[in-house]
Amino acid sequence: MSVHQLEAAFARAAEEGRKALMPFLMSGHPANAAFESNLEAAGAIADVIEVGVPFSDPLADGPVIQAAAAQALAGGTTLAKTLDVLQRRRPGPPVVLMLSFNQVLAGGVERFVARAANAGVSGAIIPDLPFEEQGDLRELFASRDIALIPMLAPTTNEARMRAILERAQGFVYLISVAGVTGARDAYPAGTIDYIRKAQSLSPVPVCVGFGISKPAHIEKLYEHAEGFIVGSALVRGLERGESVARILKPLRAACDAALATGTQS
Amino acid sequence: MTTTIKTRGRFGVYGGQYVPETLIANLHELEQAFEAASADEEFQSELRAILKDFVGRSTPLYPAERIGADWGGRVILKREDLTHTGAHKINNAVGQVLLARRLGKTRIVAETGAGQHGVATAAACARAGLECVVYMGALDCERQRPNVERMNLLGAEVIPCEAGSRNLKIAINEAIRDWISNPGDTHYLIGSVVGPHPYPTIVREFQSVIGREAREQYLEREGELPDAVIACVGGGSNAMGMFAGFLEDDVELHGVEAGGNGEIHAAPLNSGSPGVLHGAMQYLLQDGEGQILNTHSIAAGLDYPGVGPEHSALRDSGRAQYHVVGDDEALDAFRALSRREGIIPAVESSHALAFAKRLLGERPGLNVIVNLSGRGDKDLPSLMERGLL
Ligand SMILES: Cc1ncc(COP(=O)(O)O)c(C=O)c1O
Repeated sequence: MSVHQLEAAFARAAEEGRKALMPFLMSGHPANAAFESNLEAAGAIADVIEVGVPFSDPLADGPVIQAAAAQALAGGTTLAKTLDVLQRRRPGPPVVLMLSFNQVLAGGVERFVARAANAGVSGAIIPDLPFEEQGDLRELFASRDIALIPMLAPTTNEARMRAILERAQGFVYLISVAGVTGARDAYPAGTIDYIRKAQSLSPVPVCVGFGISKPAHIEKLYEHAEGFIVGSALVRGLERGESVARILKPLRAACDAALATGTQS
Repeated sequence: MTTTIKTRGRFGVYGGQYVPETLIANLHELEQAFEAASADEEFQSELRAILKDFVGRSTPLYPAERIGADWGGRVILKREDLTHTGAHKINNAVGQVLLARRLGKTRIVAETGAGQHGVATAAACARAGLECVVYMGALDCERQRPNVERMNLLGAEVIPCEAGSRNLKIAINEAIRDWISNPGDTHYLIGSVVGPHPYPTIVREFQSVIGREAREQYLEREGELPDAVIACVGGGSNAMGMFAGFLEDDVELHGVEAGGNGEIHAAPLNSGSPGVLHGAMQYLLQDGEGQILNTHSIAAGLDYPGVGPEHSALRDSGRAQYHVVGDDEALDAFRALSRREGIIPAVESSHALAFAKRLLGERPGLNVIVNLSGRGDKDLPSLMERGLL
């Protein structure tokens, strides 16, 4: 796996006239074995899979993902175990890791990149490593063919957006609203303008995350993004004992629905 | 040694802005406002007036002669316990409230451990007519109950944080999440020299009044400088404020971390390693996977696994030395100052006092300034209930 697989996954979705669906699973949640089977189940539905490595103090996460991380940590989940699972999984969609910078630093960044590459990871989302702090880490990740996924927020001004997007690899992660991860009923005014602006400037696919929990969200933002990230809604469904397939099915349908609903631009 | 804001908040390799993208705009805006305010004579004179008439500065520099005689040297106390609301935290709170007003913010969020920063922030907000929300670990709400009551009375909303260790670290997590969710109208009024740039610099500057006053007062009284200054280190704001006055002098700088019960502690500069927490590179208590470890200290205000980036740099350079004092040794000093000087210190400040005793035991005759960062009223109910006094 590599950044090329990531690009290919988006290209395939675009060719087939649909949007990429990127579900988020927390490693080791709700338990280690369940995570492995959920990963496989998600593989049959998703274009890209985001795998969270639980951290003790995640700043950008709301209550649902915090609780999942705490549960996974209590169950003994580690980065090493997560990478083992990824390494032995059956071939499936590309995987992007989501974790905090201190987890990357702890064993040394170079070692992290090498281990992630060996496990077939295509990209890394590190929410507390903003553009200015990335320095030459982008190149270090790229040297092992892993995309350091850039993030944009509604508070990012245009000049900064341009600077970030100029160096973007893989895809760009648009934080939909100022806030932490978690389901929302509606998006504030201005959300679409911000997403549209990013899409017009971005050389890589634009994926929207934070709060995407129902088909209506995807329908509303459909033409402005190339992919949708579903985190808390999936984690919460799993907590309730629902299956990955059941939770993702309507969201998958919304991502595929371009022609059917006529909302494609 | 101490860098200026011009180096974008790095103290050697420490500091930085390791925060989610959503907050970057706020940090830039805050940095600009702080730079402008620093150069604005009107802002500075308003701050001076508040420090004088609301906070009650300057605070006395008091020779604690009986305790000095007991311990074998001269112990001079910088009386931050005599400020309005009872701890040094108010120096920073009033300064940042002025900055928040300059930024047009209407809502303040803060974290608090001992509750002193929460009370100071609540008081500063009441005075300025700003909405105030304080996050406090549920454990700390229990052990610093008088401060919860004070915050409520001052009109602040106190939100107990039940997650994980239920202490200061958790309160900071929640305050940052609140800020991420409300970046437009809200200012995060952080209470120590921690967090992303420009906070460690801003808080140091607002607290440096401690060291400036102490140096001047000591020189005036003694005609020379002390041998050493001593302060407890939680996040490190009272220590940094004191050290700031003496960094360029031939004066020893001693910071004192919490040794807890020996097994579990809160002493990252002594037992931790560099990493990133709450937006900054710093010394941390962490495991091999980068997970933050649990801490313990009898002092809620010291019960934190990280420490300010500038202290991290001062430790590496050797300009300051950092020591460890445990719960019991701190409580001994708490009782001693109460009995021998008629001053009830905060249990946080008692860690600095205990180290002064140790230092004078090893090197009798030294002249030391101890930063008495706060008063101990807040600690009495909980310490009494547990039979510790
Ligand atoms: C009286 C007192 N001293 C010291 C501290 C520790 O904080 P810092 O290290 O930032 O001075 C606190 C924190 O709550 C406090 O209340």
